[in-house]
Amino acid sequence: MISNSFAAIPTQEETRKKFCRFKKARIKHIDYKDADFLLKFVNEQGKLLPRRITGTSLKFQRKISVSVKRARHLALMPYVADGLK
Amino acid sequence: MAKAWILPPHFFWTSRGKMWKTLLTFAVHLKTKPFLSMNQYETIFILTPVLSDEQVKEAVGKFEKFLNDRGTKMIHQESWGLRKLAYPIQKKMTGFYHLFEFQADPTVIASFEVEFKRDERVLRFLTVRLDKHAIAFNQSRRVKKGAAEALNEGGEA
Repeated sequence: MISNSFAAIPTQEETRKKFCRFKKARIKHIDYKDADFLLKFVNEQGKLLPRRITGTSLKFQRKISVSVKRARHLALMPYVADGLK
Repeated sequence: MAKAWILPPHFFWTSRGKMWKTLLTFAVHLKTKPFLSMNQYETIFILTPVLSDEQVKEAVGKFEKFLNDRGTKMIHQESWGLRKLAYPIQKKMTGFYHLFEFQADPTVIASFEVEFKRDERVLRFLTVRLDKHAIAFNQSRRVKKGAAEALNEGGEA
Protein backbone atom coordinates (compact mmCIF):
# COMPACT_ATOMS: atom_id res chain seq x y z
CA MET A 1 0.00 0.00 0.00
CA ILE A 2 3.06 2.24 0.18
CA SER A 3 3.17 4.28 -2.98
CA ASN A 4 5.50 7.06 -3.87
CA SER A 5 3.10 9.87 -4.60
CA PHE A 6 5.83 12.49 -4.97
CA ALA A 7 7.74 11.89 -8.15
CA ALA A 8 10.63 14.08 -7.03
CA ILE A 9 11.36 11.96 -3.99
CA PRO A 10 13.44 8.95 -4.99
CA THR A 11 12.52 5.51 -3.69
CA GLN A 12 14.65 3.62 -1.20
CA GLU A 13 16.35 1.55 -3.88
CA GLU A 14 17.53 4.64 -5.70
CA THR A 15 19.11 6.29 -2.67
CA ARG A 16 21.32 4.09 -0.57
CA LYS A 17 21.80 5.74 2.75
CA LYS A 18 25.37 6.38 3.82
CA PHE A 19 26.48 4.76 7.05
CA CYS A 20 29.35 5.00 9.42
CA ARG A 21 31.48 1.91 8.95
CA PHE A 22 32.87 2.13 12.49
CA LYS A 23 29.45 2.20 14.08
CA LYS A 24 28.26 -0.63 11.88
CA ALA A 25 31.28 -2.87 12.52
CA ARG A 26 31.47 -1.73 16.16
CA ILE A 27 35.09 -0.69 15.84
CA LYS A 28 36.11 1.32 18.87
CA HIS A 29 39.71 2.11 18.19
CA ILE A 30 41.42 3.39 15.05
CA ASP A 31 45.05 2.35 14.81
CA TYR A 32 47.44 4.97 13.46
CA LYS A 33 50.04 2.30 12.72
CA ASP A 34 47.85 0.70 10.06
CA ALA A 35 48.60 2.95 7.10
CA ASP A 36 46.82 0.74 4.56
CA PHE A 37 43.55 1.14 6.41
CA LEU A 38 43.90 4.90 6.81
CA LEU A 39 44.47 5.17 3.07
CA LYS A 40 40.71 4.69 2.63
CA PHE A 41 40.02 8.07 4.22
CA VAL A 42 42.46 10.03 2.17
CA ASN A 43 42.33 11.20 -1.44
CA GLU A 44 44.97 10.77 -4.12
CA GLN A 45 46.94 13.72 -2.90
CA GLY A 46 47.01 12.41 0.64
CA LYS A 47 44.40 14.87 1.91
CA LEU A 48 41.69 13.83 4.33
CA LEU A 49 38.36 13.08 2.70
CA PRO A 50 35.33 14.93 4.07
CA ARG A 51 32.71 13.18 6.14
CA ARG A 52 30.02 13.77 3.55
CA ILE A 53 31.86 11.47 1.13
CA THR A 54 32.98 8.65 3.43
CA GLY A 55 29.83 8.76 5.59
CA THR A 56 31.82 8.49 8.80
CA SER A 57 30.22 9.83 11.95
CA LEU A 58 31.71 12.92 13.56
CA LYS A 59 33.08 10.97 16.52
CA PHE A 60 35.15 8.70 14.32
CA GLN A 61 36.07 11.38 11.80
CA ARG A 62 37.87 13.18 14.62
CA LYS A 63 39.71 10.00 15.52
CA ILE A 64 40.61 9.37 11.90
CA SER A 65 41.97 12.86 11.46
CA VAL A 66 44.16 12.45 14.56
CA SER A 67 45.45 9.05 13.52
CA VAL A 68 46.19 10.17 9.95
CA LYS A 69 48.21 13.04 11.36
CA ARG A 70 50.12 10.66 13.63
CA ALA A 71 50.81 8.33 10.72
CA ARG A 72 52.12 11.28 8.70
CA HIS A 73 54.46 12.31 11.48
CA LEU A 74 55.93 8.81 11.63
CA ALA A 75 56.40 8.75 7.84
CA LEU A 76 53.91 5.90 7.49
CA MET A 77 51.81 8.14 5.24
CA PRO A 78 52.89 11.07 3.08
CA TYR A 79 52.01 14.67 3.90
CA VAL A 80 51.85 15.47 0.19
CA ALA A 81 51.59 12.92 -2.55
CA ASP A 82 50.69 12.65 -6.19
CA GLY A 83 48.83 9.63 -7.44
CA LEU A 84 48.46 7.85 -4.16
CA LYS A 85 46.33 4.70 -4.69
CA MET B 1 4.64 11.04 51.47
CA ALA B 2 7.07 8.20 51.54
CA LYS B 3 10.55 8.76 50.16
CA ALA B 4 10.05 12.52 50.42
CA TRP B 5 13.58 12.92 51.75
CA ILE B 6 15.12 11.92 48.39
CA LEU B 7 16.36 15.01 46.57
CA PRO B 8 14.46 15.77 43.37
CA PRO B 9 16.69 15.79 40.27
CA HIS B 10 16.12 19.47 39.60
CA PHE B 11 17.87 20.24 42.90
CA PHE B 12 21.14 19.56 41.07
CA TRP B 13 20.30 22.24 38.52
CA THR B 14 20.32 24.96 41.13
CA SER B 15 23.56 26.65 42.05
CA ARG B 16 23.65 25.07 45.50
CA GLY B 17 22.85 21.72 43.95
CA LYS B 18 25.67 22.14 41.44
CA MET B 19 28.07 22.84 44.29
CA TRP B 20 27.01 19.65 46.04
CA LYS B 21 27.33 17.72 42.81
CA THR B 22 30.93 18.85 42.26
CA LEU B 23 31.81 18.10 45.87
CA LEU B 24 30.30 14.64 45.62
CA THR B 25 32.05 13.78 42.36
CA PHE B 26 35.34 15.03 43.77
CA ALA B 27 34.94 12.85 46.86
CA VAL B 28 34.27 9.83 44.64
CA HIS B 29 37.33 10.75 42.57
CA LEU B 30 39.56 10.88 45.64
CA LYS B 31 38.25 7.55 46.84
CA THR B 32 38.73 5.73 43.55
CA LYS B 33 42.05 7.35 42.50
CA PRO B 34 44.99 4.97 42.82
CA PHE B 35 47.92 6.08 44.94
CA LEU B 36 50.51 5.92 42.15
CA SER B 37 48.90 6.66 38.82
CA MET B 38 50.19 4.47 36.03
CA ASN B 39 49.17 5.11 32.46
CA GLN B 40 49.76 2.89 29.51
CA TYR B 41 51.84 4.45 26.75
CA GLU B 42 53.04 3.49 23.34
CA THR B 43 56.19 4.87 21.77
CA ILE B 44 57.35 4.44 18.22
CA PHE B 45 60.72 5.74 17.13
CA ILE B 46 62.69 5.64 13.91
CA LEU B 47 66.46 5.10 13.94
CA THR B 48 68.79 6.08 11.09
CA PRO B 49 69.43 3.40 8.48
CA VAL B 50 73.21 3.94 8.65
CA LEU B 51 73.44 1.89 11.86
CA SER B 52 74.48 -1.75 11.87
CA ASP B 53 72.24 -4.37 13.49
CA GLU B 54 74.31 -4.33 16.67
CA GLN B 55 74.20 -0.55 16.89
CA VAL B 56 70.41 -0.66 16.52
CA LYS B 57 70.20 -3.20 19.32
CA GLU B 58 72.45 -1.04 21.45
CA ALA B 59 70.33 2.06 20.86
CA VAL B 60 67.10 0.21 21.62
CA GLY B 61 68.71 -1.26 24.74
CA LYS B 62 69.64 2.22 25.89
CA PHE B 63 66.04 3.44 25.76
CA GLU B 64 64.78 0.25 27.33
CA LYS B 65 67.23 0.64 30.17
CA PHE B 66 66.15 4.26 30.65
CA LEU B 67 62.56 3.09 31.12
CA ASN B 68 63.48 0.18 33.35
CA ASP B 69 65.54 2.42 35.62
CA ARG B 70 62.49 4.59 36.24
CA GLY B 71 60.29 1.79 37.47
CA THR B 72 58.14 1.39 34.38
CA LYS B 73 56.66 -1.88 33.31
CA MET B 74 57.42 -2.96 29.76
CA ILE B 75 54.43 -4.74 28.31
CA HIS B 76 55.40 -5.35 24.75
CA GLN B 77 58.03 -4.37 22.27
CA GLU B 78 58.27 -4.89 18.59
CA SER B 79 60.87 -4.29 15.94
CA TRP B 80 59.54 -3.57 12.47
CA GLY B 81 63.00 -3.67 10.94
CA LEU B 82 64.19 -1.47 8.10
CA ARG B 83 61.18 0.17 6.49
CA LYS B 84 60.73 2.63 3.69
CA LEU B 85 59.68 6.12 4.80
CA ALA B 86 56.80 7.83 3.04
CA TYR B 87 58.93 10.94 2.59
CA PRO B 88 62.63 11.69 3.22
CA ILE B 89 63.67 12.66 6.75
CA GLN B 90 67.17 14.11 7.10
CA LYS B 91 67.74 13.01 3.49
CA LYS B 92 67.11 9.38 4.39
CA MET B 93 64.50 7.25 2.69
CA THR B 94 64.52 4.29 5.10
CA GLY B 95 64.66 3.77 8.85
CA PHE B 96 64.53 1.19 11.61
CA TYR B 97 61.15 1.31 13.34
CA HIS B 98 60.80 0.19 16.90
CA LEU B 99 57.76 0.10 19.18
CA PHE B 100 57.54 0.10 22.96
CA GLU B 101 54.37 -0.45 24.94
CA PHE B 102 54.75 0.22 28.64
CA GLN B 103 53.05 1.32 31.83
CA ALA B 104 54.59 4.38 33.37
CA ASP B 105 54.01 7.28 35.68
CA PRO B 106 53.18 10.43 33.66
CA THR B 107 56.20 12.26 35.05
CA VAL B 108 58.59 9.88 33.31
CA ILE B 109 57.42 10.72 29.80
CA ALA B 110 58.87 14.23 29.50
CA SER B 111 62.38 13.09 30.41
CA PHE B 112 62.00 10.08 28.14
CA GLU B 113 61.20 12.35 25.20
CA VAL B 114 64.16 14.59 25.99
CA GLU B 115 66.31 11.47 25.71
CA PHE B 116 65.02 11.01 22.15
CA LYS B 117 65.64 14.62 21.24
CA ARG B 118 69.24 14.42 22.44
CA ASP B 119 70.01 11.27 20.51
CA GLU B 120 71.14 11.97 16.96
CA ARG B 121 70.41 8.43 15.84
CA VAL B 122 66.68 9.02 16.22
CA LEU B 123 64.93 10.47 13.18
CA ARG B 124 61.41 10.61 14.63
CA PHE B 125 59.55 9.53 17.73
CA LEU B 126 55.98 9.60 18.96
CA THR B 127 54.56 8.75 22.36
CA VAL B 128 50.83 8.40 22.89
CA ARG B 129 48.79 7.52 25.91
CA LEU B 130 46.55 4.54 25.27
CA ASP B 131 42.92 4.61 26.30
CA LYS B 132 41.05 1.46 27.25
CA HIS B 133 39.97 0.74 23.68
CA ALA B 134 43.52 1.08 22.43
CA ILE B 135 44.81 -1.30 25.10
CA ALA B 136 42.18 -3.86 24.15
CA PHE B 137 42.95 -3.37 20.47
CA ASN B 138 46.69 -3.86 20.97
CA GLN B 139 46.10 -6.96 23.03
CA SER B 140 43.91 -8.52 20.38
CA ARG B 141 46.44 -7.53 17.71
CA ARG B 142 49.18 -9.33 19.60
CA VAL B 143 47.03 -12.41 20.05
CA LYS B 144 46.22 -12.46 16.33
CA LYS B 145 49.87 -12.02 15.43
CA GLY B 146 50.91 -14.82 17.78
CA ALA B 147 48.26 -17.09 16.27
CA ALA B 148 49.43 -16.27 12.73
CA GLU B 149 53.05 -17.01 13.64
CA ALA B 150 52.06 -20.28 15.28
CA LEU B 151 50.17 -21.21 12.11
CA ASN B 152 53.19 -20.41 9.94
CA GLU B 153 55.48 -22.46 12.13
CA GLY B 154 53.01 -25.32 12.04
CA GLY B 155 52.90 -25.10 8.24
CA GLU B 156 56.67 -25.21 7.96
CA ALA B 157 57.14 -28.07 10.37
